[in-house]
Amino acid sequence: MPLQGNLRDFSTTQLLNLINLAGKTGTLVIFEGIKTNEKDAIGNIKQVAGAERARVAFKIGKLIGAQLGAQDGNLVSVLNKAGKLTDDQARIIRERAKNTSDKALALLLINANYVSQRDIVASVQQHTLDVVYNLLTWIEGPFRFEDNLLPSGDRILVPIDLENVIIEGARRIREIEQLTAHLPNLDMALKFPENPREKFKGIHLSVEEWRVVSFVNPRNTIRQIAKANNMSEIEIRRIVFGLEQAGLVEIVPPPGAIASPRTAPGGAASPQQVRAPNVERSVVERIINRLRSNG
Amino acid sequence: MVVTGPFSSGKTEFISSISEIDVVKTERSISSEAESKVKSETTVAMDFGRITVDDDLVLYLFGTPGQRRFDFMWEILAEGMLGFIVMVDSTKPETFREAKSILETFRAYAPTPFVVAANKQDLKDAWTIDDLRIALRIEDGVKLLPCVANDKESVKNVLLELLYSILEEMEKTS
Repeated sequence: MPLQGNLRDFSTTQLLNLINLAGKTGTLVIFEGIKTNEKDAIGNIKQVAGAERARVAFKIGKLIGAQLGAQDGNLVSVLNKAGKLTDDQARIIRERAKNTSDKALALLLINANYVSQRDIVASVQQHTLDVVYNLLTWIEGPFRFEDNLLPSGDRILVPIDLENVIIEGARRIREIEQLTAHLPNLDMALKFPENPREKFKGIHLSVEEWRVVSFVNPRNTIRQIAKANNMSEIEIRRIVFGLEQAGLVEIVPPPGAIASPRTAPGGAASPQQVRAPNVERSVVERIINRLRSNG
Repeated sequence: MVVTGPFSSGKTEFISSISEIDVVKTERSISSEAESKVKSETTVAMDFGRITVDDDLVLYLFGTPGQRRFDFMWEILAEGMLGFIVMVDSTKPETFREAKSILETFRAYAPTPFVVAANKQDLKDAWTIDDLRIALRIEDGVKLLPCVANDKESVKNVLLELLYSILEEMEKTS
């Protein structure tokens, strides 16, 4: 029977935990969610599976490969991304080895001293982890676990224990939660503090940070800055957090906005213990006999 | 015995399958648009079924309302229960979190034995028992039983397993 559902009800971390504990073999496929007009049992809008977003393979509870839907996950791209092949080298190899499998290509590259076996294993492993850490932050989308479906035999698969992936994934989710708690409203704006020139002296910012800084203006909301720079909500939150902590920017409401109060999380009242009945063993046995006899 | 579980998990059907009387249903048309797409009526107070054991012994089955807004009824039903059954719809992972929460709530009401019934195991989209155990974080010592609520034999098996657990508990404490 298939294991399927939606990430909003059963998170990727929970899925990895399940696959690890059950020692499952197969492929987890995550899809874009296409909203329907129907609602599910708890009132959420039902989603059906759209385009494939990611595919993650497991063997006996170990992670062995992962690929994002739109990404070219072949060996040349993986080594290029890891800095083991230059762009020119990657282009030439792609042209010359169009129909060569990853495994055969790996042998050719090792024999030609382009890369070592260790480079290949480390790069493939890192690629798999990058994909999985990325999808751990996805909060919705239909998924389906295809039992015993594995990638084709010509792919290089590196087994990775899931425990560490789950721990690291949980750490990243916590970081996201902390960033979200610190900056819950992306419709706030940024402004420079007094004497910004002094503060920016001797500071080394990354390209991404400079891109955000170039849009700092009380009229631009953080959401607009993220959109203009093609950044995800997490990326912009992380950058704004760093800039704010360094005293380089201040978070302010945009003109005309009213700051909304943060609501405290409510806790359910703990139930009181109720009285348990005092029933004799013979009573239970009589019920069992009655059910066994004719139901 | 109390039969509990999330909205539309099959509690009323479970009791109807085994009760010797027509189940006393307290169902009302559903007011919420979202819930009305799942089923047209829901239990608002409790369902009530009966199995006569002999002249002086009757087993009553009480089904709790599934929606949280009726949870004031839960404590009333939990009072004096011999054991409880938590129904889970195996095809609806969106209800697993709620099922776990209801389980923990009832566990806190009374230290009585309980079993978890994985309903709708006859449907092709049903999660397997092993997967459900991990998904619901149910300890190995707790019985998680396959169930089809409209099948009398399946329901009988769940009730018997709960009764065996009650007997085991009595042996431990005697």
